[in-house]
Amino acid sequence: MKEAHHGEGDKKTYRYGMVVDLDKCTGCGACMVGCMAENNLPFRKDNSDRTRSMLWMRVYKISNGRTFPNSDISYIPRPCQHCEGKDHHHATPCVSVCPATVTDYSHETGIVSQIYTRCFGCRYCMAACPYHVRVFNWWDPTWPKGMKKYLNPDVSVRMRGVVEKCSFCYHRLQRARDKAYAEGRAELHENEYQTACTQACPAGAINFGDLNDPHHKVYKLKKDPNAFRLLEKLGTNTKVYYVSSKAWVRKAGNAYTGMQGDVVIPG
Amino acid sequence: MDSASLPFDQALFPEGTKRCKLKWFLLWIAALHGPLTVGAIAAVLCWGLALNVTNLNNNYPFGLWIAADLGVIALGAGAFFTGFLRYIVKIDELKNIVNFAVVIGVVCYAAAQGILGVDIGQPLRGWFIFWHANVHSMLTEVAFCITAYFMVLLIEYLPLVLENRQINKLGFFHGMAHHLHEAMPAIAAIGVFLSFFHQGSLGGVPGVLYGRPFAFREGFLVWPWTFFLFILSAIACGPCFTILITWITEKCTGKKLVKRNVFDILARISGRLLAVYLVLKTIDTIYWIALADKAGAPFSSFYANQPYGYWVLVLELGALGVIPMLILLGEKTRKNENLLILACVLNCSGIFMNRWIMTVQALAVPVMSFDKFVPYIPNWVEFASTLLFVWAGAIVISISYRYLPIFPQEKELNPQ
Repeated sequence: MKEAHHGEGDKKTYRYGMVVDLDKCTGCGACMVGCMAENNLPFRKDNSDRTRSMLWMRVYKISNGRTFPNSDISYIPRPCQHCEGKDHHHATPCVSVCPATVTDYSHETGIVSQIYTRCFGCRYCMAACPYHVRVFNWWDPTWPKGMKKYLNPDVSVRMRGVVEKCSFCYHRLQRARDKAYAEGRAELHENEYQTACTQACPAGAINFGDLNDPHHKVYKLKKDPNAFRLLEKLGTNTKVYYVSSKAWVRKAGNAYTGMQGDVVIPG
Repeated sequence: MDSASLPFDQALFPEGTKRCKLKWFLLWIAALHGPLTVGAIAAVLCWGLALNVTNLNNNYPFGLWIAADLGVIALGAGAFFTGFLRYIVKIDELKNIVNFAVVIGVVCYAAAQGILGVDIGQPLRGWFIFWHANVHSMLTEVAFCITAYFMVLLIEYLPLVLENRQINKLGFFHGMAHHLHEAMPAIAAIGVFLSFFHQGSLGGVPGVLYGRPFAFREGFLVWPWTFFLFILSAIACGPCFTILITWITEKCTGKKLVKRNVFDILARISGRLLAVYLVLKTIDTIYWIALADKAGAPFSSFYANQPYGYWVLVLELGALGVIPMLILLGEKTRKNENLLILACVLNCSGIFMNRWIMTVQALAVPVMSFDKFVPYIPNWVEFASTLLFVWAGAIVISISYRYLPIFPQEKELNPQ
């Protein structure tokens, strides 16, 4: 068992994480829609400006830059990578820089949290994140008429001027824990806590679970010889793994932008 | 002089000095309120309509505001560093400029805090940085030290206010000003301590971002090398900014306010510090290339996206670094007023460019291989709300100059 931190005593620790099979991903975007609906993400009439849209899960389209018949594409769904940090005093890039302790790394679950009502919008965490997973509320959230009634009551709506990001649907973990407690159980079943994007994926490309638990699917999948993580060299030690049988995709995901030259073309 | 022709408020002027008529002064202050109002409108737009009125976005969480923030704090280093040289190193000649350095410092640090007040998304929660402080964050250290140092600056500014000709007639205030002057070496020492830390921590802000190979630096204990480079660059350019603003004030008032040997002392120190900085910055740059390569980031990729080509590096270290250094180091060039002012302008511009590079360019460089480069140009709201503090600063300096005894040599240099 992992060493306990922050006075968590001898509590069991988990490392919730994801393994995305890129060979299965069709780029349909259902994960993005599922995430937005589940987490009360606001949107605008014209939501095409990706530099300001509120996306916790974003699907990137990449191409190998070659011409037919050698051309190839792949899609990379990108939620928060929930970095554990490794070489840098065990610090998650965004957690260590936040001046108001808004964001924290839970050594019990491995989830990087965000307290929206404490965030004052300095955006230092966004600068620290190389994956662009953090988004800022540039506007007050607004909803089409009648849609407020369909917001998820388990997830607070964020106000303008604060940063937010994927929480691995933490409210679902809380709900699953409550249920288990009511049933007198200490442990959750694998299927009791699943993120919205995992369940929304029609191709079954997104897998979620405890990376430390040998009984969970993700435990085996992360050991696939074709598994990789985004920007491994930076030492962020992320908990989102990707699997692809295509060497150029693995290289594209693992490498820094400059290494690719003209091979990878962002979609 | 006929008393009828004297300015209406002449009883408030420093002893033995001459000022323009009140109506001209008020006209000047009113003129400054024009652009200031535009800036105020921009700030109100940010607070009222949220930050979508700017050109910032999720790729550029830091933009002009943060670069300007880091820039003005570096320029304001003239206050603590001149205080350090005057009260701790005991260079007596600097007593003739230290008061004005304090006024400039007050303006710079007020500007930095004001800009941050517009920049953050939830200004009413700004105090959370103190209440929920994360001691591991460089920004926390910056916030605490800047706030504390601003208070020190106000304490340093207070005796100048109390020495106004009329206020000083009141025994209590006269005594208070006297005692504050007595305590000034201790106050200056506190200012130096605080300033070293926040100037350094501002360097730490980009330096600790290990997810951004462009900005990241290794370092000593918890401090990346940028921590030390920022301190050095700030004290190398702060005195130049003090010279520059004094010179501009002289041009605006049509008077000589400080003897040139005082300028020369500051310029010489600035030149030597700039030389040391440039040597260390060059070493840092070479080491940074190797470090980035280790992280899988080829050096060429940093300069692959226009407008951020190699010219940025050449301009920052060459035209805005080496040229002012050479002018400031050479005795003949330093004593040529035009060249001296050119060196000051280049040196101060170099600081702004460095701060822009370390914050904005650091974010402009894509990190993931499937990331796209997105350009960023600040819009009028960002420019106007930043410049708002320049106009406000000009008003503070104008009022201070008119009514407070800032320049001890003014009377001697401008006999009535």
